[in-house]
Amino acid sequence: MNGPMDHIEAGVGAGAGTGSSLGRRLFVGGRGGGARVLVPSRRRLRALARAELMLLGRNRGAVLTALLVPLALPFTVRPAIDQIDLKGMGLSVGPLMLTAAIGYSFLFAVYTSLVSAYVARREELVLKRLRTGEPEDVEILTGTALPAVCLGLAQALLLAVGCAVLLDAGAPKAPYLTVLGLLLGLVLSAALAAFTSAFTRTAESAQVTALPLVFVSMVGSGIAVPTDVLPHRAAAVCELLPLSPAIRLVRAGWTGELSAYQALVAVATALAWTVVAVFAVRRWFRWEPRR
Amino acid sequence: MEDSEHEHVIEVTDLRRVYGGGFEAVRGITFSVARAEIFALLGTNGAGKTSTVELLEGLAPPSGGRVRVLGHDPHRERAAVRPRTGVMLQEGGFPSELTVGETTRMWAGCTTEARPEAEALGLVGLGGKADVRVKQLSGGERRRLDLALALLGRPEVLFLDEPTTGLDAEGRRATWELVRALRDAGTTVLLTTHYLEEAEDLADRLAILHEGHIAATGTPAEVTAAQPSRISFRLPRGYFLGDLPPLGRLGVCGHETDGDVIRLRTRELQRTTTALLVWADAARVELHGLDVRSASLEEAFLGIARKQEVAR
Repeated sequence: MNGPMDHIEAGVGAGAGTGSSLGRRLFVGGRGGGARVLVPSRRRLRALARAELMLLGRNRGAVLTALLVPLALPFTVRPAIDQIDLKGMGLSVGPLMLTAAIGYSFLFAVYTSLVSAYVARREELVLKRLRTGEPEDVEILTGTALPAVCLGLAQALLLAVGCAVLLDAGAPKAPYLTVLGLLLGLVLSAALAAFTSAFTRTAESAQVTALPLVFVSMVGSGIAVPTDVLPHRAAAVCELLPLSPAIRLVRAGWTGELSAYQALVAVATALAWTVVAVFAVRRWFRWEPRR
Repeated sequence: MEDSEHEHVIEVTDLRRVYGGGFEAVRGITFSVARAEIFALLGTNGAGKTSTVELLEGLAPPSGGRVRVLGHDPHRERAAVRPRTGVMLQEGGFPSELTVGETTRMWAGCTTEARPEAEALGLVGLGGKADVRVKQLSGGERRRLDLALALLGRPEVLFLDEPTTGLDAEGRRATWELVRALRDAGTTVLLTTHYLEEAEDLADRLAILHEGHIAATGTPAEVTAAQPSRISFRLPRGYFLGDLPPLGRLGVCGHETDGDVIRLRTRELQRTTTALLVWADAARVELHGLDVRSASLEEAFLGIARKQEVAR
C-alpha cells in the first residue's frame, strides 16, 4: 500500500515544488466569477440521472423487483379475475391484466424502488453533499427519480404492446387517456416516494414503509381487483385514493368507457394528489439523516 | 489589487443557530475573512464549528444574525454563490457503488466551468484510482476525493470541514501544502479543525469556538501571546517550593504543585528560566524532568476550556 501517498507526492508535492505550474493550475478567476456562464439545469439533471441510472443498474435486487413483479403479479390475479362475471360488468381480461401490470409498475418499478433510492442517498449523505453544490433541490429530487420513472414508462409501453398482441386486447380506443394516466401515475408515484422516504430510516425498511400505499392501491385503486366488483359506496371512496385516477385513465383509454366529464374528474383528482404530495415533500422531506 | 486586500469575502454578524429541539449551537458570533486568507475555526467536538460552517455553506438559514459570502446570502441567493464556492463536508456524501471517476463525472456535470476530471483527481493524488468504487477507498482517500470535488469548480471560496480527519501524517502534510498553494493562488479558505497544530501551521487567522461563542480570535501568534509560558520540574527529596527564591522576583505569575512536581507560569520565559537555573546551579540542586515550553495554541485552547469550567 505505497500507492496513495506516492500520488499525493506526485500531485501536490511536484506541483507546489515547481511553484508556477501549480499556481497556474490552481488559479481562480478572482472577481471574474460573476461573468461565468452557468451550467444549465438540464445538464445537471442529466449528470444526476446518469449517476442514478448506474446505481440502479448495480442494485440487482431493485432491478429484479422492478422488472419481474409487474410481469408476474398480474398472472397471480388471473384466477380471481376468472371468477368474476366479466361480461356482466362489461369488462374483458386483456385491459384488466394490462391495468394490473401497469399498476404494479407504478408501485414497484417506481414507488417502492424510489423510496429506497431516496433513503439510501440521504443516509449516505449524498443529498446533503449535492445541496452544497449548484443543483437546486428540485433538480436533485427529479434527477434521482428520472431513471425509475423512465423505467416505469418503458415497462408500461412494453406491457401495453404485449397485452395488445398476446391477450387480444386490441388497440386502445382513446390512447391519449392511457398516456395521460401513465404520466400522472408516474409523477405521482415519484412524488409519493419522496414523501414516504421522509418516514423511512433505512433503505431496507423501505420495504415496510412502502407497504401501506402498495396494499391500499392494490385493493382500492383497481390494480389487483377491478373497483367494479366493490360495493358502490366503497368504490366511490376508492376513486379518491392517490393512484385510482391514473389507473382509471389507463384502463379507460383502452375501453373508452369514460365520459369527458368523468375523465376531467379523474385528472383533477390526480392533479390534486400531486399538489398535495409536492407540498408534503417540501414540508417534510429530509435531506440528511436524523442525528 | 488594493481593494481586494481589504475586501471581506466572508462576513458573519451576530450569527445564531438554534436546532429544532431548542439546542442553541451557535450563540451570536461575529467574524470576517479577507480574500486569499486561510481562516480556521477551532474547537472541541460540539463547540459549534460544523453548525457554523453549514450556515456559511448555505445549507440552512440562520436563526439569527447575518451571513454574507462574496456579498450574497448563501442560503437565499444560492444561484449567485454556489458556482463560486467549493465545499467539503465533515463526512463525504458519495454513493458507495459508484467509482471515483463516475462520481467525479457526475459532480463535474453539476459544476460550472469544471476542471477536467483527471486534473482534479491528480491534484489530490487520486489520479490512479478513477476505476475504484468509492466503497473500496480508505477513509483518507475518501477525504481526498471529497477535496477533489470541492476543487472541481475552481472555487474562489473553499469551505473545508475537518479536511484532514482520518488522514495519516503524510496525507495531512500534503493537504496542507495544497491548501496553502490554493491560498497563494487567490482562494479564500475557511476550515474547521480540532487539530491545534493544523490551525497553528496553516491558518492566517483563527477563532476558537467554545460552546457556541468565539472565545478568542486573531492570528495564531496573537492568540498564543495572551497565554503564559510554562516550566515544570521535580525537586529532589528534602527540597520544597519554599526553598526556591521568591517566585515574584523570578517573574512567575502563577504556580501549582502536584506531589513533588512543580509547575510555574511566566510571561518572561527567558528571565524566569535563567534565574531558576542559576539558583539550581548555586544550590547544587538537580531539577528532574525539567520541561520549559513557550506558550502554544494548546495552552490557549486548554486555558479557554478551563476558564469556562471554573466560571460555571
